[in-house]
This record gives sequence, C-alpha cells and structure tokens, in this order.
Amino acid sequence: MQIQYNFAFLDEGSKREIRRATLKAIAIPGYQVPFASREMPIGRGWGTGGLQLTLSLIGKLDRLKVIDQGSDESVNAVSMKKLINKTTGVIAVEETSEATLIQSRHRIPEIPLKTGQILVLQVPMPEPLRMYESSELETKRLHGEKEYSGAWLMLFEQIMKYRSVSTGADHPVFVHDRYVMAPSPIPKFDNPKMNSSEALILLGAGREKKIYAVPPFTKVVSLAFEDVPFEPESFPGKSCKQCGAQDVFMDELYDTEEDANYYQCNDTSYCLSRMNQQFS
Amino acid sequence: MGYVAVKGGTHAIEESLKRMQFERLKNNKVLDVDVIEAGMRGLIDQVMSESSFYSEQLAALAIKQAEGNPEEAVFLLRAYRSTLPRKHYSKTIQPEEMRVERRISASFKDIPGGQILGASADYSHRMLDFDLMDETEAEVSNWLQDFASGEGAEFMETAESRLPKVLDYLRKEGLIADCPTDHTEPDDVTRTSLTFPASRSEKLQILTRGQTGAVTSLAYAVIRGYGMIHPTVGELRVGQLPIYLENPLHPTHDEDDAYFIGEIKVTEVEMLVPATVEKENGHKELQLAFGYGLCFGQNETKAIAMSILDKSLEAGDKNVPTQNEEFVLYHIDSVESTGFISHLKMPHYVTFQSKLNDVRKTRKIQSKETEEE
Repeated sequence: MQIQYNFAFLDEGSKREIRRATLKAIAIPGYQVPFASREMPIGRGWGTGGLQLTLSLIGKLDRLKVIDQGSDESVNAVSMKKLINKTTGVIAVEETSEATLIQSRHRIPEIPLKTGQILVLQVPMPEPLRMYESSELETKRLHGEKEYSGAWLMLFEQIMKYRSVSTGADHPVFVHDRYVMAPSPIPKFDNPKMNSSEALILLGAGREKKIYAVPPFTKVVSLAFEDVPFEPESFPGKSCKQCGAQDVFMDELYDTEEDANYYQCNDTSYCLSRMNQQFS
Repeated sequence: MGYVAVKGGTHAIEESLKRMQFERLKNNKVLDVDVIEAGMRGLIDQVMSESSFYSEQLAALAIKQAEGNPEEAVFLLRAYRSTLPRKHYSKTIQPEEMRVERRISASFKDIPGGQILGASADYSHRMLDFDLMDETEAEVSNWLQDFASGEGAEFMETAESRLPKVLDYLRKEGLIADCPTDHTEPDDVTRTSLTFPASRSEKLQILTRGQTGAVTSLAYAVIRGYGMIHPTVGELRVGQLPIYLENPLHPTHDEDDAYFIGEIKVTEVEMLVPATVEKENGHKELQLAFGYGLCFGQNETKAIAMSILDKSLEAGDKNVPTQNEEFVLYHIDSVESTGFISHLKMPHYVTFQSKLNDVRKTRKIQSKETEEE
C-alpha cells in the first residue's frame, strides 16, 4: 500500500479552515481564535500550532526559515525543515532578511523584520491568565469583559515577593489597548520587537487549539507599573565571543578548559552574517 | 567550543534515526504486518480506539513501525488521519442492529436473549502458557479443523444474533427515566475545538478516543472515592455494527437506497447508577440513571470506564476533579499528553537563560537590601 501525501501535508479543506481562523485572528489583534488543531506527525507540544500555520500558508515560491531557540540547526528546527521540505519541496534559507516565512520557537530574530515577511511563533501556553485562573470558560469571560486586574495583581505579587517581576520568558503584553496576550515564550528582551512590527506576527498553539495574531503596525505594550517599569533581560558589559556583538540576547556558555563563562549571540544566523561581514 | 554543539543538528539527527532503525532490525527478523494483524488483536483494537481511526491493517503497520509501542502507534495513525479529507458522514448507526458476539449483564441474571460470554480473558487463569513457546502452524490448522466441526458451527450462529437492549426492558418498567432520541447534529471534535460547557456529543467523542490507561484510572478514581457511588453494568456488548452511507448523488433518506460500506467492531456499555431524584415537597425518590460508553474494537475496560466518566461529568460538581469536564476532557488524550510531556526533552536554553536572569536579579536586589539594613 503506497500512500502519497498532499502538498504541505494537510488536506486542502484543513488548510483553508486554518487560514480562515488566521484571518479572524488578524482582524482582532491579540484575540485567541479557537481552531480545530489537526494531529501532526510531530509531538503535540513540539510546535504543531506553528507548523499548521506554516503549512497552511506556504507556497512553492516561499522562502522559509525555521528557528528553534535562536538556532537554524537545532534538532527540532532541522526536523521541521525536513518535514516541510519533504511535503512541499521548499528548501529552507538561514538568512533572516531573505525569508518570506519564518517559523520560530522562543525567539524573534535580532535584525528588524520587514513588510511582507510573516513570523510564525510556536506557542505552548496561549492563555496569559491561566496562571491564576485554571478554567477556560472563566478566562474567556474575563477577556470578554476586559477584566485584567488578575494579571496586574500577579505582577504586583511578584514584585512584593521578589522585589522585581519574575515572568521569565512570556511576559504578558497589552495588544492595541484591548487584549492581554501571551507573547509565546519569547524572552522579555524580544517583547518590544512586537510593537509596531512591520512584519505580520502569527502565533499558533496546537495542543491548546488557538491561533492569534499581531498585525503589522499594531501597538504592543508589555505590562508594567509606572514606578516599576518593564525591564527586559540585559547582559551589561558582555559581548559575543565570536562576533563581538553587544545588546543582543546571548547564550551563556561554559568553557571547561578555562573554567570560565563566556557569551555568544543566541541568534546564530545574525552572528554568522556579522562574522562574514568582518572577514570580507 | 560551544559552536559545535549548536551546529551539526542535521548530522546528529540522521545518526539518531539510523540508530533507531538498527534497534528495530538488529535481530534480523522481519515482522510481517499480516502476522501483527492476525495475532495482536488487543493492541490493534486499543490503537484504533485511541486513534479514532478504524483500519486493522494500518493499525498493524503503525504497530510495526512503532515497535509495538502503543503511544507511538496512535501518534502515527492520528497524524495520518489528519491528512484525509472528510468526504461523507455515515447514516446514524442503531446499536440494536449489532451482530452480537459477546453480551453480559451484571445487573440481571435472566436478561431477554440471554448472556453470551463470547471471547474474553475474564474467565481464564492468567498463567503463562509455556506451550505457546513452540506452537506450530500445523497444530493450529488441526485445532481449527476440530473447532469448525464442533462448537464452531454453533459459534457462527450466535454471532448472527440481534438482541434487544436490557435498558429497554427497565424503561418499560418505569425504573429509569425515558430518554428521548436527540436529533441535534453532533459536534465533531476533530473539526471544531472544544468549548465549555461541552456538548454531550463532544464529551462522548473525547472520552471514546481517550487514552485507555488515563480513562481507566480516572474512572477508577470515581468509584474509589472521588465522586460517585458504585455503578453496575446494565449491559456490555461486543459485536459488529453495519455502516451505511446515504447515496451521495441522490440523497433520498430511503433506507433501501443507502450504501452498505462495511462493518466495525465496537464495545458498547450501558452503566446503571442509582440516583436520588427530588420530587415535590422535598420528597426524595431513588431512580436508576445511566452512563454510556462506546469504543472501537473489543476494549471492555475502557468502554466501562467511559460510561462511568460520562455519568460523572453529568453530575458536574467542579470541585470534584472527576466531575470537572475541563479537568477530565483536557487531560485524557494520548497524543496531547505524551506530546507535551515529551517536549520537555527539547532544548529550553532561551527560556532558562531568561529565568536565570530573573533569579540572579532578585537575589542581587535582596542581598543589597540586607546590606543596607
């Protein structure tokens, strides 16, 4: 029994349905649109939401880039690129500026995205209010009524406990003065890149069956208080060991020979293009 | 240098896949898909049920590819299932039409049509049969011949029977509430996402494709002390159900014009649960309520567990986990739970770096404050 798969894996009906949900998400920035998430050949929780968005959007002429934790060569990124290539024939690129469609886990690339590009983020926990409200029915009502005092209280409690906000990656944002949104687990460092982004940002949560979006030029503000302002991760005084970059998100690595920590750009494609420029 | 660890993902994956291929093939034996289909009925039924995909042959293929791991086999079938367009919906199946192979009632000894034990491990002693170590095909052929000339003939006859439902009998007696047929079009959980409060059709679909172990343990929790008193199996039946399709070109709603497209084997359970009903003047009366379970293949424990959870969810006290529909329905799916648990194996460098940053910062602030004091 030989079975041929459809272009981009999903059947046409499924792709159309996902695109409809995506259009609705774009029309209501920050609102989580439920969709009938399909079972994918990769694990639920391994990026099926992002993958379904990518597969429903990709065409033969697209130039695709897949990033996982800042790297194009991370195992999950490689595995997705293989699957997308196998079912569409599209070969992935690494250079961020060349890509039309960028699927990413946990990072927004360092170089600013441009008009015409689409950034797809894989989301594990789309519900920003889940931390203090476990019921889906209840959170839906809270969003409907724009009742976000719980989100503010959560930040306030963290400040009381730790003297600073400890949201880690996934610091909630306020989208176009209407919806509080989970920016997928991107580090706080990347939150400001969503504000008034030239590129369309789509967020897909496969296991939780939600699609939401930040359309181009949309106001995105990280939740913060007047006296305790929003503070992204910072690496003061540190620079990339390979390309010397500063003010980028960095991986902290350990050199066993020198018994010391050193830093490197987390965005490998950014680092590589900087090194190429230095040598040319 | 760290760079080597980040690069080279492609090569490392190739090698890992090759290693997995090796583990499957290292004993130099090829597992025939037909052999799996013939000899692993229990696993096939479980995999088909959790996959919501009825094909014994493809289930056997998935089991071969997954090296017998049901979680992986379900994963493979569900992923394949999502590539298939939905072309038709069958006509409503009437469970009364079942060709019953096994049928028992734990409530009534003397049920109309009688009890049929059929094929079940319930009455066997679970002792390892060492003779199976060297069972031969010649022996098997002999056994089959003897069977066909003896009870086999009778067996074929009972497999044809259509039997009345025990619950109909109770309904006539007025012991359980009448249950009018609900003609609402069911919601399809693979085509719309679950919303709460969930419709009954959504609940039943999620329960029937739930992971066998998860559905069983939650139902076990129900009867062990988290939510409900002891239920009794009104009727459990296993058998073949015929599937019919409306003529797609000329839908006539005429029974005789429908196409017969095959049969599926299912297990159906109707569970009786004593319930108190409040009458006028605060008067209380005992009545029997029932829970329903139906799943692909012969999966008796799961179908029973499903019927218990069905009833439990109906009670709907959100403080009891097994009665909370969000708690039960969100967590029993095999593909979803294993997917998210296994994702913890993926790198979390960025998230962890971010957490590390927070930990250091809060510590620095705390220690500075202590110094100032």
